[in-house]
Amino acid sequence: MLSFVAQRVVKGVIVLLAIVVLNFFLIRLAPGDPAVVMAGEAGASDQIFVKQLREKFGLDKPLPEQLFIYVKGVVTLDLGFSFRQQAPVSKLILERLPATLLLTLTAFAISLMLGVLFGSFAARFAGTFLDTGITVFALIFYAMPIFWVALMGILLFSVTFDWLPSFGYETVGANLTGLAHAVDVAKHLIMPAMTLGLFFMATYTRMTRASMLEVKRLDFVKTARAKGLSDAVIQRRHVLRNALLPVVTLAGVHSGTLIGGAVITETVFAWPGIGRLMYDALLQRDYNLLLGVFVICSAMVLIFNLITDLVYRLVDPRIEFAS
Amino acid sequence: MLRSPSGVIGLIILLLAIGIAVFGPMLFPNSPWRMVQRPFLPPFTLSTVPLGTDALGRDVFAGMIFGARVSLLVGLVSTLVALVVGVPIGAMAGYFGGKVDDALMRFTEFFQTIPSFALAIVLVAILQPSIYSIVASIAVVSWPPVARLVRGEVLSLRTREYVQAAVVTGQSNTWIILREILPNALSPVIVLASLMVATAILLESSLAFLGLGDPNLISWGYMVGAGRTVIRQAWWITVFPGVAILISVLGLNLIGEGLNDALNPRLSREGR
Amino acid sequence: MMTAPPAVSIKNLQIALPKGAERAFAVDGVSLDLRPGKIVCVVGESGSGKSMCAHALMGLLPDTVNVTSGEILFEGRDLLKLDDDGWRDLRGRRLAMIFQEPMTALNPLMRIGDQMAEMFEAHGLLTPRERRARALALAREVGLPDPERIVRAYPHQLSGGQRQRAMIAMALALEPAVLVADEPTTALDVTTQAQILKLIRNLQRNRNMAVMFITHDFGVVADIADQVVVLRHGKVVEEGPAASVFDEPQHDYTKALLAAVPSMDPPVREPLDDQARAVEVIGLDKTYVTSGGWFREDRRVDAAREVNFNILKGETLGLVGESGSGKSSVARLVMRLIEADRGTVRIGETDLTQLSGKALRTERHRIQMIFQDPFASLNPRRKIGHIIADGPIAAGIDPKVAFERARDLLKMVGLDAGALERYPHEFSGGQRQRIGIARALALEPEIIVADEAVSALDVSVQAQVLRLLEDLKARLGLSMLFITHDLRVAAQICDRIAVMQRGAIVELKPTAQLFAAPEHAYTRELLAAVPGRKERAPAA
Repeated sequence: MLSFVAQRVVKGVIVLLAIVVLNFFLIRLAPGDPAVVMAGEAGASDQIFVKQLREKFGLDKPLPEQLFIYVKGVVTLDLGFSFRQQAPVSKLILERLPATLLLTLTAFAISLMLGVLFGSFAARFAGTFLDTGITVFALIFYAMPIFWVALMGILLFSVTFDWLPSFGYETVGANLTGLAHAVDVAKHLIMPAMTLGLFFMATYTRMTRASMLEVKRLDFVKTARAKGLSDAVIQRRHVLRNALLPVVTLAGVHSGTLIGGAVITETVFAWPGIGRLMYDALLQRDYNLLLGVFVICSAMVLIFNLITDLVYRLVDPRIEFAS
Repeated sequence: MLRSPSGVIGLIILLLAIGIAVFGPMLFPNSPWRMVQRPFLPPFTLSTVPLGTDALGRDVFAGMIFGARVSLLVGLVSTLVALVVGVPIGAMAGYFGGKVDDALMRFTEFFQTIPSFALAIVLVAILQPSIYSIVASIAVVSWPPVARLVRGEVLSLRTREYVQAAVVTGQSNTWIILREILPNALSPVIVLASLMVATAILLESSLAFLGLGDPNLISWGYMVGAGRTVIRQAWWITVFPGVAILISVLGLNLIGEGLNDALNPRLSREGR
Repeated sequence: MMTAPPAVSIKNLQIALPKGAERAFAVDGVSLDLRPGKIVCVVGESGSGKSMCAHALMGLLPDTVNVTSGEILFEGRDLLKLDDDGWRDLRGRRLAMIFQEPMTALNPLMRIGDQMAEMFEAHGLLTPRERRARALALAREVGLPDPERIVRAYPHQLSGGQRQRAMIAMALALEPAVLVADEPTTALDVTTQAQILKLIRNLQRNRNMAVMFITHDFGVVADIADQVVVLRHGKVVEEGPAASVFDEPQHDYTKALLAAVPSMDPPVREPLDDQARAVEVIGLDKTYVTSGGWFREDRRVDAAREVNFNILKGETLGLVGESGSGKSSVARLVMRLIEADRGTVRIGETDLTQLSGKALRTERHRIQMIFQDPFASLNPRRKIGHIIADGPIAAGIDPKVAFERARDLLKMVGLDAGALERYPHEFSGGQRQRIGIARALALEPEIIVADEAVSALDVSVQAQVLRLLEDLKARLGLSMLFITHDLRVAAQICDRIAVMQRGAIVELKPTAQLFAAPEHAYTRELLAAVPGRKERAPAA
């Protein structure tokens, strides 16, 4: 178990380093002087800042040396300086990270729970009206662009009914504390989390349904019936448990999409996370910040993948740990 | 495929969308960029601008017609590019195995770990938004699943006895891959491809929504993005293009499902 | 004589297949009785409806078929009239079933002990603690080694035989009156099969159970049956006490089936000592290594250890062994489908192991292969004509000539020339195997490697294909390496036999000698395990 984790962590670090290297070359892919690119539109006019950047990253030195300097910087958590925001990139990201984690994890939890629930209902009652209904809804949610879901949510729940706040993390200036603050945040969280979760819920619903129908045909389900077990027990213990394995895999695969969805959701709802930060960087052509966020997003995906891999190994005894 | 109702609906939607993309601009030559009426004209008030106008008085209906072109073009071309990259990589990895497989799969996994939408944003931002950079970046983030799928299929087909029979009767590797393996690996790839077109359309619209669309081409995502700030005054600017995206993506997913039913009938039967 | 009243009485059972199936009824008018303490073998070839009977008795028929008439009487009730709750109560408690493939019949995510305990749980019996204790006792009763460990193990950690023992333990947990066994030993090796058959026999006698035993194998029937019911196309063609069915079969079909079972007495064969060597295999070694990652030892499996043999011109050498013995690996090493770690394969004067690339491709035609699975060995998307002619065309023969020859080959293997334009799915298993033979012959080889070439076929088809192979071999002067797990088949077709165990040849002798005087302990074990060997040798 431990050795497996160690192995995967080392692998993850290697991938992350490769992403950093990719980053390095991406900057050089942009038209123009890399120092100017890194400084961003605003900073480029500041000759002193550009000069500082050039010196710091050794931009007049040969390419391998530049790469070394850059990677060394990232490894020591120095992601550079955002001229536009007048703050170190790593500081900006760290400030925003909790909000993003809150949003993505809530959305993930909602989507997984509801998706598995709906999917297993659909599979249990395959061919009935209930199944058709769930399938059709899942298909539609699966086809809706996240930004549009967000806007329709705002249109419906904020503009028309005025039930939920349409932007932000908390009510500005309310200075709430304790439980009241938590409730306030939760109210702000509902719409972004549901928006982000809806697509994934549809995905997990479809996957769970298909997977359960597949497992249902396997021999051991017949064995379970031959034992005289009740239908409910067969569905839960034998069918669902086995059917969840591909859902876990899917959750891992989709972690990158989840982060991508967060960028859009945070943008629409002005949720102060790193996705919104990425959008700001994009608007201001603040490449240093943009690439910094990109590296952190990749790291988050790697960690999430590691966790799903661990979970998979815990639920499937066929993949044995080195022990 | 024609026997599954979802496939038929999907096909009708797709043909309709293609028809609009190809012939629409000829039938409705109103430029989507030109101011045709007063700003914020609500829909269904004037028959010349049936879906109203946006904040600059531009025709929403014209935008939807012209937007179909960009969406479908980007969706189809980027999928094609992804297939051209992914299929050979997957086929080689699966067929030759060993070191070749290791190297190619490390490479593929690397691309699959990078959050795809974030990478697409970064790529388009750095390359500057244009239809080429958009297609390229969508292709870059969508080929890894193709490679992995093809690899898996090839890996299992390679040990099939008829492939071994081709080896012992003295066929060359190229012949075996092209004649014996790929034709039998094709059906899941076709299903995946139809779903990839849908994903690509979603990706393109998301990029355009964030302001990373080709500045010279109107697209549905761009229209929604432009209408976002005025959603309280003019719901129609965001609603209609969104519905267009939804329907096209839905149509492609339905086609994927219909194809899956037709090419892989094992699973679908129980569903009814 | 039959004294006890029947435990189960199936009367005039008729099961309809969905529309568009090969025939209207899977089972048509079947009547049979199961008596306490007796084993009834329901025997037939694939598609005879035997498995449907078993599933009907358990109420586990697939949704696509339905019972159209008949009754199944058990303890004074007609089972076909039961509702879901009624079935649930009987299943497991009074009626139990074991399946063909113990790997897939067990839930891969649950421990063996928990799956056994589920039997009690399903019927609300005992406390969880008692259930665990009973599971352990059951594991011990069916002879599972180290039962404490096994009840905590997952299915994939057990061998095939152990899994089937676990399935049997489960089925017996609630002392059912009736046990339905659907081909329970078909997926097992012969030695394991012999043990499992003995176990079922003993348990059934001790508990006075009525057993319905489904099988296609007359050897197994001879070993285990009290009563025999022969099914064909869903109808009973013959039934009676085992002894009378074997000694005086009444129906032609039964006679034909019995005649098709290869005999364990090898026919007399001319010695071939003066012939030249067609193939020489020297010191073949192959070890599969599964990387264990950074912190674990690699797993090593020996597929071939120091394998030496040669085949003379016109000779058939048999390579027999159980699954995992390495016999198929050796076939593929000889074919150069996989690469050996060490060793030489010589065909005539050519060292095949030294060749590569184009040189190898041009020499390949001299040794050709017939595969096991008639369904997997033909590309579903190519016409038969291409499948046969592709090889010669690749070797540079004019396509017109190649197709002409394909037509002749089809005739030679007993198929119509019209087959050229058709696709594999239009043919039956036996026909496909003939196509596979035609493909191998198209390149005019000197040697044929047949890898379990008749194992997937029904016994009557098997006999035909074996006869064809024998005939072609003699006519074309071929040599053959014949890989099989079935000693009866080997006895009939091989000049000499090599017995393999764990990658090594443990004994290699002329066939008659091997059967008459086996020397190695493993050879003796194998021979003793062949079903139907001891008594009642089928009347030929």
